[in-house]
Amino acid sequence: MTQSTATRPFKFAGCVELRQALDVHALDVRELRQRIEEAPAGSIFFHTFGYFLRHRVFTTAYGNDFARWAANEIGDHALAERLAVVDPFGFSDLDELREHLVTILQDHLRGRESERRVEFVRGFHFQQSQVVEVPLGVTAQTLGEFRAGLATVDESAIYLHTVETRARQRHAESFADWVREALELPELAERFERIDPYLTTIERIRGRLLSLVDVALDEARR
Amino acid sequence: MSRIDDYRRVATPGAVDFILKLAEQVQGRRFLSVTGGRLGGGAAEALRTAVPILSELGVDTRWEVTGGDTAYYTTARSLQAALEGEERVLSDEGLARWVDMNGLNAKKLDLEADVIAVHDSQPASLVSARTGGRWVWRCHFDCSSAQAGPWAFFRRFADQYDAAVFGLPGFEGRLGIPMYIVPPSIDPLSERNRDLAPREVSEILASLGVPRDKPLLVQVAPFARAYDPLGVINAYRLVKKHHDVRLVLAGTADGEPERLELLSQLLEAAHEDHDVIVLELPPEAHRQVNALQRAATIVLQKSVRAEFDLGPAEAMWKGKPVVGGYAGGLAQQIITNVTGYTVYSVEGAAFRIRHLLNNPELIPRMGAAGREHVRRSFLITRELVDGLALGVHLTR
Repeated sequence: MTQSTATRPFKFAGCVELRQALDVHALDVRELRQRIEEAPAGSIFFHTFGYFLRHRVFTTAYGNDFARWAANEIGDHALAERLAVVDPFGFSDLDELREHLVTILQDHLRGRESERRVEFVRGFHFQQSQVVEVPLGVTAQTLGEFRAGLATVDESAIYLHTVETRARQRHAESFADWVREALELPELAERFERIDPYLTTIERIRGRLLSLVDVALDEARR
Repeated sequence: MSRIDDYRRVATPGAVDFILKLAEQVQGRRFLSVTGGRLGGGAAEALRTAVPILSELGVDTRWEVTGGDTAYYTTARSLQAALEGEERVLSDEGLARWVDMNGLNAKKLDLEADVIAVHDSQPASLVSARTGGRWVWRCHFDCSSAQAGPWAFFRRFADQYDAAVFGLPGFEGRLGIPMYIVPPSIDPLSERNRDLAPREVSEILASLGVPRDKPLLVQVAPFARAYDPLGVINAYRLVKKHHDVRLVLAGTADGEPERLELLSQLLEAAHEDHDVIVLELPPEAHRQVNALQRAATIVLQKSVRAEFDLGPAEAMWKGKPVVGGYAGGLAQQIITNVTGYTVYSVEGAAFRIRHLLNNPELIPRMGAAGREHVRRSFLITRELVDGLALGVHLTR
């Protein structure tokens, strides 16, 4: 079954995240809460899901930009911890995620008369991004070809076909959708979807995907 | 001149192939960059590397330069300083002359292209003569503290662009157009950053009169108060009580009176302590800077006010931990506890230097992390990707 030809080819695409400044800034936690309430959904995405594309092994400690700012600039480590455990993949949409972040900040601010305010250079500068998809010219018709592509494509392709396609509408197809629909391997697709991208790196996600594909290929050979 | 394939051995795996794929997306589109000159650092330095590479990739790329009379350059320099936040007096007559001269430049230059990137303030009013294409204002400085009057005047032109590009979030001024972030980068194959053989490093240091018998602390920066060279000497003195180190301050004074006065103070300090070496280098002394950074045990960048300032990226590319001030783009480059430390005071700098010297195993570990950080985030290959992606985005 796993060596069968897909009903449509998988087209690997990489991506570039064009960062866009919004001229919206927060200099203390109260302002951060207010700005998160008002920020475009794309900005909430950028500072949470997008964190995984921008950060590497040694910088992923906070899980999102809000937690990193609370720790590094405000020096409020309790707040940083509370924000860091927010797993963006656990919410059904960005508004639900936004509401959760605002609730944490609201709760944290309750009863606090004063709080630390930082100079502009250390403020939280809200951004969003335009993701430019880049077809890589690598296609797959079988699971074996898919494995070969998965192992070699630019890491931005792993982000695009897992994180971006899971959270936002994209031209590119998610790995799981293709495996389920075009290769008719629903169990493998479910295993793909169970991979937890939170607090890990793109390369580690690639490694886990490859292990799952290898198991499926081994099963097919038996 | 470096070719795109040369970058395969220094960039992240697959980075060059990714650039080739992106370049395919903009085939047939014409790109034009306009600057106020072809010499010096900043925009011109980046374009001297990027334009030949883009041409090699088959991307139709041109570079034009504006010019004018003395009054034009005087006003352009004052306007630039005011947009960077300095107090300047700008006359209506001078500003009108600047606008008129750029009007003449617009008639003389071939501005026909699909994407026209105009760099910094001098040529910015060219946009008034736009006839077609997508116009981008590429700002290489921090204009968040621009003087209100000059900014209001300048914004009349800036808002005519389709987009603006800044080096860092927070560097932007108030504009009514989309504002993108593209941090600057270093060219790892340039004379300033290319690999040097240990023998070359030794020869260059000998020619500069820098002995290598002690751990070297090195700061490369203009002799200006913004880079706090006196603070660096004071930090060195605190370290010197515990470690027998040598300090090298290398930079330029550019003939400016304030900088020359500072230089004389530094030379006086060096006269009193033979382990303080002050080197006034010409701006083109890239090979010497390269050797000094490679010979350093720890590189300092104790700026108190800075633009993006790629000194830390240059040093980290050479595998050195960096102790830097918290200013401008330094905090973006230095990851505290991983590639070095950001500090807020002379005492903080001394404390971090001593910490590294007392735990020497940290030095190569941080150096290696710094080189990887730069490889991913601050090489010209990353800036080429961002630039090409912006071209794709603006013309689709």
